[in-house]
Amino acid sequence: MSTTRPDLGVNIAGIRMKNPVMTASGTFGYGPEYADLVDLNKLGALVVKGICLHPTYGNNTPRTFETASGLINAIGLPGPGVEGFIKKYVPYLRNYDLPVIVNIWGKTIEEYAEVAARFDAVDEVAGLEVNLSCPNVKEGSALFGTDLDMFRRCLDAVRPKTKKPLIPKLAPNVSDIKVFAKAAEDCGANAISLINSMPAMAVDIETRKPRIANITGGLTGPAIKPIAVRLVWQAAQAVKIPVIGMGGIYSAADAMEFFLVGASAIAIGTANFTNPDTIVNVIAGIEDYLVRHQAKCIGDVVGKFGK
Amino acid sequence: MKTEDATVIEHQSIMGGYSLLVMRAPGVAPFVQPGQFVHMKVPHLGESVLRRPFSVFRTESDTLSVLYKNVGKGTRTLQFLRPGESVSIVGPLGNGFPVPDTKKIPVIVAGGYGMAALYLTARTSVVKGVAFFGGRTAQDILCVSEFQALGWDVRVTTEDGSLGTKGRVIAALDPWIAKNDFSGKSGPEFFACGPNGMLKAVAERALAMNWAAWVSLDNNMGCGVGACLTCVVKLKADNPQGWEWTRSCREGPVFDSRDVLWDGVS
Repeated sequence: MSTTRPDLGVNIAGIRMKNPVMTASGTFGYGPEYADLVDLNKLGALVVKGICLHPTYGNNTPRTFETASGLINAIGLPGPGVEGFIKKYVPYLRNYDLPVIVNIWGKTIEEYAEVAARFDAVDEVAGLEVNLSCPNVKEGSALFGTDLDMFRRCLDAVRPKTKKPLIPKLAPNVSDIKVFAKAAEDCGANAISLINSMPAMAVDIETRKPRIANITGGLTGPAIKPIAVRLVWQAAQAVKIPVIGMGGIYSAADAMEFFLVGASAIAIGTANFTNPDTIVNVIAGIEDYLVRHQAKCIGDVVGKFGK
Repeated sequence: MKTEDATVIEHQSIMGGYSLLVMRAPGVAPFVQPGQFVHMKVPHLGESVLRRPFSVFRTESDTLSVLYKNVGKGTRTLQFLRPGESVSIVGPLGNGFPVPDTKKIPVIVAGGYGMAALYLTARTSVVKGVAFFGGRTAQDILCVSEFQALGWDVRVTTEDGSLGTKGRVIAALDPWIAKNDFSGKSGPEFFACGPNGMLKAVAERALAMNWAAWVSLDNNMGCGVGACLTCVVKLKADNPQGWEWTRSCREGPVFDSRDVLWDGVS
């Protein structure tokens, strides 16, 4: 066996990362929430919870419900808004050697564009993940992810507003993911990320009421991993830009499935709730895999499914 | 807070579906403040994605114990945990009870296993006051002797009258308030944990007399550290709508009862 360790570093859409493991938006707060439990300097990148123009309150409770191997959530994107985020979290995040990717959303196309424009001026922000697929916000978001025309119009409005890398996040509930992946690339996206949560619901049969206040929510966790692997595989074949894969990743073995079907980086989401050590364990496990397979870097195995 | 693999030292069922779980957790136990909780990954719970929050009942040097009732999938499975087994906990978490004001009479109000969240306050409180324990039946009244041993005057109520005063805990609290003359004194200070209806009743009494009341809210939790925003409750706030969602796991689970909007407590 070679004595040199593999290089875990990646460059995703111009964002240099120590390793290809990111946090999935909405599962890691804005950084400080997990800082006592996870060394933020070890992350490939931090993707913060969705930010829109103004402060938002989110949905009524209950907001989440645990299902077999999964979690349904309808949090409803509460957040501090652009200015609140810049004031409250950017100074804190400056203390870390860590690319920060901000997940952005809006209720209208104009709001998406405005949020992108505001963050374009913030040096500490390495890139923007465009949330075109949150299933839990009544206005906007979900529709932008499943209606191809709206999807294009939104990205066409956002793209000229920022020079920062743009990473549209794709919805899983579309008939052909390749069409959306290609549309993102055509609109000037620098990478794509997928999958967002899968629309879902659960019912309390005794009270005959929904388990979460919003009635429907988004399913995450191990239950959706095989769905995510297939969608990442299809999307990766449709585009030349990097693909960031996520959906139910709990281990390095899970992560390797995504790399093999074409993801250049991956994100850990619900697993952070289950075990805050997951990210660090996955990074170590990826390195072990590369050593075992005599790969020098992650690029040596990306898309090598069937090869 | 940290993540630690605790070792089960002792695990016994008490009665009425209650169990006491004692764990060695040197990285967590010494740092627990009264009213804080640990977030536990219940072993053998299939591919369950969420941890379960448990108030810390007692700590003794490097051990901590939780007292729980078998109420669902998580606690049912937890019962199979045996001494020697390892269990992952994150803690200590949350904002617990404040140190009781020594100029006031501390009053503990506990419904069912709510007393588990109050033992450490009872132990650390310089002034030992009155503890009201309520439950459905005698089987729901736990640890009376432990609180008495600390010097507390324990008053028991049960809904079926099988132990102590018949009725809900408030049925014993109200007469006690009525017969005490608090005029000229700084009054009682309440520390409460139990069903939301009970907490609300305590809060109303405190509010009416401008007394302090600290309530520990029991909410479903997700991450336990403030990231997922599952466990939010409505607290009064200086904004146009008059309230804001506040995280039970970070700013709580203990809140000043005057801040809680009870219509937002599910």
